[in-house]
Amino acid sequence: MLLLALDTATPAVTVALHDGTDVIASSSQVDARRHGELLLPAVDRVLAEAGLGLDTVTGIVVGIGPGPYTGLRVGLMTADTFGLALGVPVHGVCTLDGLAYAADIEKGPFVVATDARRKEVYWARYADSRTRLTDPAVDRPADIAEQVAGLPAVGAGALLYPDVFPGVHEPEHVSAAALASLAAERLAAGEELPAPRPLYLRRPDAQVPKNYKVVTPK
Amino acid sequence: MADSRDEPLVLGIETSCDETGVGIVRGTTLLADAVASSVDEHARFGGVVPEVASRAHLEAMVPTIDRALKEAGVSAKDLDGIAVTAGPGLAGALLVGVSAAKAYAYALGKPLYGVNHLASHICVDQLEHGPLPEPTMALLVSGGHSSLLLSSDITSDVRPMGATIDDAAGEAFDKIARVLNLGFPGGPVIDRYAREGDPGAIAFPRGLTGPRDPAYDFSFSGLKTAVARWIEARRAAGEEVPVRDVAASFQEAVVDVLTRKAVRACKDEGVDHLMIGGGVAANSRLRALAQERCEAAGIRLRVPRPKLCTDNGAMVAALGAEMVARNRAVSGWDLSADSSLPVTDPHVPGHGHDHDHVHEVSKENLYS
Ligand SMILES: [Zn+2]
Repeated sequence: MLLLALDTATPAVTVALHDGTDVIASSSQVDARRHGELLLPAVDRVLAEAGLGLDTVTGIVVGIGPGPYTGLRVGLMTADTFGLALGVPVHGVCTLDGLAYAADIEKGPFVVATDARRKEVYWARYADSRTRLTDPAVDRPADIAEQVAGLPAVGAGALLYPDVFPGVHEPEHVSAAALASLAAERLAAGEELPAPRPLYLRRPDAQVPKNYKVVTPK
Repeated sequence: MADSRDEPLVLGIETSCDETGVGIVRGTTLLADAVASSVDEHARFGGVVPEVASRAHLEAMVPTIDRALKEAGVSAKDLDGIAVTAGPGLAGALLVGVSAAKAYAYALGKPLYGVNHLASHICVDQLEHGPLPEPTMALLVSGGHSSLLLSSDITSDVRPMGATIDDAAGEAFDKIARVLNLGFPGGPVIDRYAREGDPGAIAFPRGLTGPRDPAYDFSFSGLKTAVARWIEARRAAGEEVPVRDVAASFQEAVVDVLTRKAVRACKDEGVDHLMIGGGVAANSRLRALAQERCEAAGIRLRVPRPKLCTDNGAMVAALGAEMVARNRAVSGWDLSADSSLPVTDPHVPGHGHDHDHVHEVSKENLYS
């Protein structure tokens, strides 16, 4: 097994190679505005570090968000197209699950929160690092304060709102290494991973134009 | 003609607006033109919603690439290059296509060419009428652009002669269609109504055609307002609006200015070929009037079939094939979408690393 994992659902552009046992190479950069530029060079670098070609990869793992859409799509489109070109399966993993896994918390509950912009967070509750209790959601921190009160919180979304998430736990950013390890574990256990479809959680911003505006001066 | 097997086999990806286009060409021969459009999803908004378009591109990309390969009857491994629209266009939409093209080129070990959307609109005519004469004057008109461009080599030299100073021509069609309650997009429906109307019924203004106005620039905002006012005045007086005559007179005002300026630019520059591209090039009256005026001026007119005038992947592939044929520099793996890519940049060359050994590229090269 050789998995190539990538995630662009958050400000982190992160890539890792996993041989079924261990992560053999990885790269993470944090730059919310350059997902498109950074991802392919990072893939290239990680493969070079491992001394392997992309054609030796047996599966692609991609973070499906939730996350700000423009960046999120870079990873998904790249993963889909690799899958097409190489003829290998593409597996989705919830980006929040990657953060939960990397937090390595054996006994929860705890919460994972990433920045959803517009003064909101993407979040979910976990029983432990491998067990999510709620569907990923997008909310204003103040509106979920009661639900997360007293729980340790993981992720950059928690750091942004210390009033709501006072007990912040590492890591701040998701890593493809964690995503790959989680996926490898689940695949080895015979579990099926979700399809690589984006978790947008919001409808597109689209203004239906108001009725035709009169231009004749009164 | 040389054996066409020697010509570059290129796949092109276009996602600058609401069409997910994947085309395949061999040199100047069209092999496949697969397009998935999200236009229906935008109709109720009366215009293209960028986020809706971007979501649709992500969904449609892989099936559309598949369809293009089947249509062309070629195998991905035989491609000589992957071309993609790097700009101009909607930033988020462009990024989906650029991501797909980079991943595809990298995975297949093929050279990548990030190309200019406007230059592609010109180059597509090679698929219809053979190699472009050099120089060629091009009038590009669509919902997103209205430009007059002069090119002596489509891979390296595109010079802007004029452009709209406000609305694109296609936008004016959309707006007038909305005022007349004819739906979105406006181009085809105005064209249809105009066929049964009198283009001389109402004297709508011709923007920027005064003696002191810039010779090759366009303006459609004043026309749009004039048409809307005229309609409102009829409605306010309780009169019926003669939709066919309004459509025909409005359309005539647009195409009169477009063709007049294009022909004048050809004459001034001593260029004997005019190509017209972009979605509005599908307009029947624009085609007819351009033909008439070009004939009178001794100019050869080249207009591709309507399906090649609207946004598509074949036009991107056509320009990509020309880049390969003329040995232009490839783009880097750090290629980014540039929503305002200047028309003077027909492609986006990389920083000199060699794509022939894509899997061995060292990390130093990538950032040099
Ligand atoms: Zn266009």
